Amino acid sequence: MDANGIIESLTPLVPGAAFEAGASVDFATVYVPAEHIVATCAALRDHLTFEVLVEVTAADYLPRDPRFEVVYHLLSVPKRQRLRLKVRVGANGSVPTVQSIWRGAGWPEREVWDMFGIVFDNHGDLRRLLMPEDWEGHPARKDYPVQIRKAAQTYEPLEVSEAEFRANIERDRLKRH
Amino acid sequence: MSEIRTETMTVNMGPQHPSTHGVLRLVLELDGEFIQSVMPTIGYLHTGIEKTAEQKKWQQVVPLVERMDYLAAQSNSLAYVLAVEKLLGLTMPKRVDDIRVLLAELQRLASHLIWLGTHAMEIGAVSMLFYAVRERELLLNINELIAGFRFFPSYFRVGGLREDLPRGFHEAVNAFLDRFPGKIDEFEGLLTKNDIFRRRTEGVGALTLEDAFQWGLVGPIARACGSDYDVRKYFPYCGYESYDFKIPIATEGDVYARYRVRVAEMRESVKICRQAIQRISPTGAFACDDTRVVPPPKDKVYTEMEALIQHFLIYSQGFTVPAGDAYVPVEGPRGEHGCYIVSDGSNRPWRVKMRAPSFMAIQALPSIVKGGLIADVVAVIGSNDVVMGDCDR
Repeated sequence: MDANGIIESLTPLVPGAAFEAGASVDFATVYVPAEHIVATCAALRDHLTFEVLVEVTAADYLPRDPRFEVVYHLLSVPKRQRLRLKVRVGANGSVPTVQSIWRGAGWPEREVWDMFGIVFDNHGDLRRLLMPEDWEGHPARKDYPVQIRKAAQTYEPLEVSEAEFRANIERDRLKRH
Repeated sequence: MSEIRTETMTVNMGPQHPSTHGVLRLVLELDGEFIQSVMPTIGYLHTGIEKTAEQKKWQQVVPLVERMDYLAAQSNSLAYVLAVEKLLGLTMPKRVDDIRVLLAELQRLASHLIWLGTHAMEIGAVSMLFYAVRERELLLNINELIAGFRFFPSYFRVGGLREDLPRGFHEAVNAFLDRFPGKIDEFEGLLTKNDIFRRRTEGVGALTLEDAFQWGLVGPIARACGSDYDVRKYFPYCGYESYDFKIPIATEGDVYARYRVRVAEMRESVKICRQAIQRISPTGAFACDDTRVVPPPKDKVYTEMEALIQHFLIYSQGFTVPAGDAYVPVEGPRGEHGCYIVSDGSNRPWRVKMRAPSFMAIQALPSIVKGGLIADVVAVIGSNDVVMGDCDR
């Protein structure tokens, strides 16, 4: 089924959503408005047998506006078919999470937030996944500087100062006699 | 008498633990021997390969993507070159496709051997590792023969292969294929009916097909739950539709079922390799004839001006790829290795993204091991066959 066929069968299932067929060289691509992504994914899983979410990723098209595209690759095993959903997101925009449809969406969405800084609403666990937890910035963005030198950051290791160390020894000594 | 106080214990496992396959860290919350919750932490091996690839020319990305899943280097680069060729609209000569199929299947065998050796070792059968690595050595020798590299051959190129097959390639592959089926019997003789191995694996870490699909697990893990989904059959690439092979399935979904599926897969891979090596002539076309991508033959470079210019352009500026995006999946040893590339029409990729099967498998780990014994965690990690280079990229 090509993109127009999928849009035709999706339109009655997701009322009010304006779908748009995208150009592609491999399989059908459909642009979905961000506010309808959850309803669209539910319809695709329950009525059109797209039961596997293969991956969620994103691309930064700076300086285009809206800047980001979040890309969902879906798979229908019984129909031997693949589908790509794209959601356009602005620089400060956000997308609802599809974890309620596929539990496996949690980490890929976290990775997209980690790498691109795209917020997934109601995600519940939007923490750093691949980068250290105190990392600044989102490295896969096109305006992230590439050739910088920066000391690796991590949490402060468990360290005691010399004064604390001496106080500890003193305290232990007092206990012993 | 005062009441007995109980509390759960938090145990940190990894990132430097022998059975976490590299640098995976698990924070386990234990109730005695039973697992209440698991929190995996990843990212220790994150090297930003996808970001680095955006600074390279299209052809220079091949060695980079091979270093993601370091046990299945050539299935990464196969996905990448197929994706770029999809955007370029190239079709390969049949001989190139056959060589790619052969090398991809040998890569699957090499990866499954490491999986078999480490998985069995972690649950007590230490000597399996030596038997498995001994056979893998022969596969690494074949890699060395074709490319001079043992781990990361970078032999697949956009537009074909790096060079023609070396002399002695057919002999080396045939010698391996004659020897290997007997070795699989040996492995199975050691494990398949081994009472200790079965008690450690049967009924452990069971997963239903519905859950596997919910977590995005496709590949050997889903095939052990009863799915027959395999990219080679469902979305054939490189002419897989012309090979005669079966997709092994099991229905139990536990660690033992995954073991049986992967061992049966090795036998099928040998079948594919035998068919492929018969189709491959010792010399012939090793690249397509598109002059945008493939440099002209050396004798022309030395005698014709146009060929010299073309050679210079390809090696200095690289080639451009039409704007657009493509996702091409291949069936890697761990499941679906997919490469999503975006081009802006220039000589460097705009975005390269690998779909990592290990990433999804580690995400699903907490739900698989919850309620099980602490010793089962090791069995489940081994049977999910995770590679941290693939997971963290």
